Amino acid sequence: MTETAPAPANDTGHKMSAKNVNVFYGSTQAIRDVSIDIDMDHVTAFIGPSGCGKSTFLRTLNRMNDTVASARVEGDIRLDGEDIYSPSMDVVQLRARVGMVFQKPNPFPKSIYENVAYGPRIHGLAASKADMDGIVERSLKRAGLWEEVKDRLSDSGTALSGGQQQRLCIARAIAVDPEVILMDEPCSALDPIATAKIEELIHELRGRYAIVIVTHNMQQAARVSQRTAFFHLGTLVEYGVTDDIFTNPRQERTKDYITGRYG
Amino acid sequence: MSPFALLFLIAGLGLIAWLTARARAMRFDRGGAKRLHSLPSQHGWYVAMWTVLPALLFLAVWGSVSPGLVREAVMQHPAAKQLPAFDFEREALLGEASRIAHTPGAKAFDPLAEQLAEPTRAAEKRYGWTGTAAAILLAFAGGAFAFTRIRAGFRARSRVERAVMLILLVASLIAILTTLGIFLSLLWESLRFFGQVSVFDFLFGTHWSPQVIDPADPGASLGAVPLFWGTFFIGAVIAMIVAIPFGLMSAIYLTQYAAPRVRRWMKPILEILAGVPTVVYGYFAALTVAPAVRDLAVSLGMTYASSESALAAGLVMGVMIIPFVSSMADDSIAAVPAAMRDGSLAMGATTSETIRRVLLPAALPGVVAGVLLAVSRAIGETMIVVMAASGAATITLNPFESATTVTKQIVDLLTGEAEFDSPKTLAAFALGLTLFVVTLLLNIVALAVVKRYREAYE
Repeated sequence: MTETAPAPANDTGHKMSAKNVNVFYGSTQAIRDVSIDIDMDHVTAFIGPSGCGKSTFLRTLNRMNDTVASARVEGDIRLDGEDIYSPSMDVVQLRARVGMVFQKPNPFPKSIYENVAYGPRIHGLAASKADMDGIVERSLKRAGLWEEVKDRLSDSGTALSGGQQQRLCIARAIAVDPEVILMDEPCSALDPIATAKIEELIHELRGRYAIVIVTHNMQQAARVSQRTAFFHLGTLVEYGVTDDIFTNPRQERTKDYITGRYG
Repeated sequence: MSPFALLFLIAGLGLIAWLTARARAMRFDRGGAKRLHSLPSQHGWYVAMWTVLPALLFLAVWGSVSPGLVREAVMQHPAAKQLPAFDFEREALLGEASRIAHTPGAKAFDPLAEQLAEPTRAAEKRYGWTGTAAAILLAFAGGAFAFTRIRAGFRARSRVERAVMLILLVASLIAILTTLGIFLSLLWESLRFFGQVSVFDFLFGTHWSPQVIDPADPGASLGAVPLFWGTFFIGAVIAMIVAIPFGLMSAIYLTQYAAPRVRRWMKPILEILAGVPTVVYGYFAALTVAPAVRDLAVSLGMTYASSESALAAGLVMGVMIIPFVSSMADDSIAAVPAAMRDGSLAMGATTSETIRRVLLPAALPGVVAGVLLAVSRAIGETMIVVMAASGAATITLNPFESATTVTKQIVDLLTGEAEFDSPKTLAAFALGLTLFVVTLLLNIVALAVVKRYREAYE
């Protein structure tokens, strides 16, 4: 791979850039002084042992931490140069641009069609039924689920298998045409075959969106990502081209984790 | 010996059994291969149970058998030959004899009772001592039997466990048997009623005036439809129009919007509302709400406005039910997985969109079940309607007019002087049975809905 390490943070050129981010839950600090840039056309993997803050940090990128009453975020996080924590930023718009897929597949107890149509309806993206049909079909196709469900769009989304449910959630996220997709351990509840399908999907989606994926599985990070960030105890230890991180880590802690000495 | 002292004695025997058995079990404990299977205290419990339970069981049986034995002994007395044959008078005399036997120096109205007092006392004393002696003997026998079984390998632990399970089973059966007993006694009285009045007249008749009953055709004035309508109108319509929106909205506010600090204060206050005695709601309805409703009706131009309107009773009943609906809705909204809510918020939905489109549809079965339970409470509610609703049985759609309910009529029928075999009084039991069956069905449906809904998320 001929990637270079990410350039130092500046507000232009990066899809998202975080500078000196601290996150607190009540009086405990979960994230310490993390700075990182996320680019289009890349898959960025966050790895690290449980409780290292990688999921917490992911959730700051679309302000999902707002739903936790005790959480407080400090620092500067920008999307296309715009501060997402400024009062003028509309959370609804932010989340339409920065979508999220969760650890456990969480389709709504509605039909497959309604699951995908949920976001477009909320944001008023479809002018007509035909428009909506188009969005649903396109999203399901991109999520690689269309062939499996096209004849039963009115079945409940919760009746699908775990892997299908997760692809439905991905379809739901891309239905609002986001720019960034955050994935919080999207395969941890799935079997190896379903996992392979999701990984394949991530490959295909890569050209269209900036993707950030949190994973426990280092092989997965190596397989799907171009950049990898290693978190430990709430700090960002090392961030670089995935191949470099796995073959030639600069930090002792990264090396220990990757070789399985802890975590 | 008084029953209380006897129970105390048996409990004391149990304690002694526990202590000695534990001490004996400890002597068996030598360590190594001869270790006790069970703890010494479990051996203690085993022996104590064998001491106490058979004796108590015997006393329970004896308590129901001995009055019959006493009666038989008294009837052997020559004076008993003069007892009147008529059941009612005979019972009265025997009851009096027993009363004199217990209160020294008491005089009887009937000399016959006085003659029978002495044999009654003697018989009661004799059988009392027999029972006491047998119980104590049984306690000793049971204890001794269990005591001899103490061995290192004896599995007292599992036996005590099984006994505990049996005791708990009996305790839970008592509630069920009581329900069954209530149902059967209601059914029995109702059958007597339906022997005099046809089921059809009662369930579908539209004329209710129990004060004026034609003995030739009692069914003509005992048609319960106006009562069913009034109950439905007050409890299931007016009260629910108040309780459902307010209960639901307060549940949504408390689960989704309220800061933890606000929730900590507000939820208990709401629950206090559920703890207010219904008679207090009754005062409130009769003294505060009813006049206000009447004044409102008058200002709307209804000169005939009643001060015992359906609206007043229904409104207050609705307020009473709010915490009920709210806490059921609260539970079922909280039972929707957080992932569902997060999923919707992450799509850019606002909190209210999330509630409307995801949380409420998912929580709906639970909310429906809560409403059904609330209805079943409302139609069984008595105090508010007794104080605020009218006694006039009318079928009306106008909430400012008076309406009456099943519970209110039951109270009216059973208060004051009443013969217990007239259709008028027996009608109260038939009404009670109807109410019982309807609320039972509502509860069963509600529980079935809740159960299906719970399974959906497993």
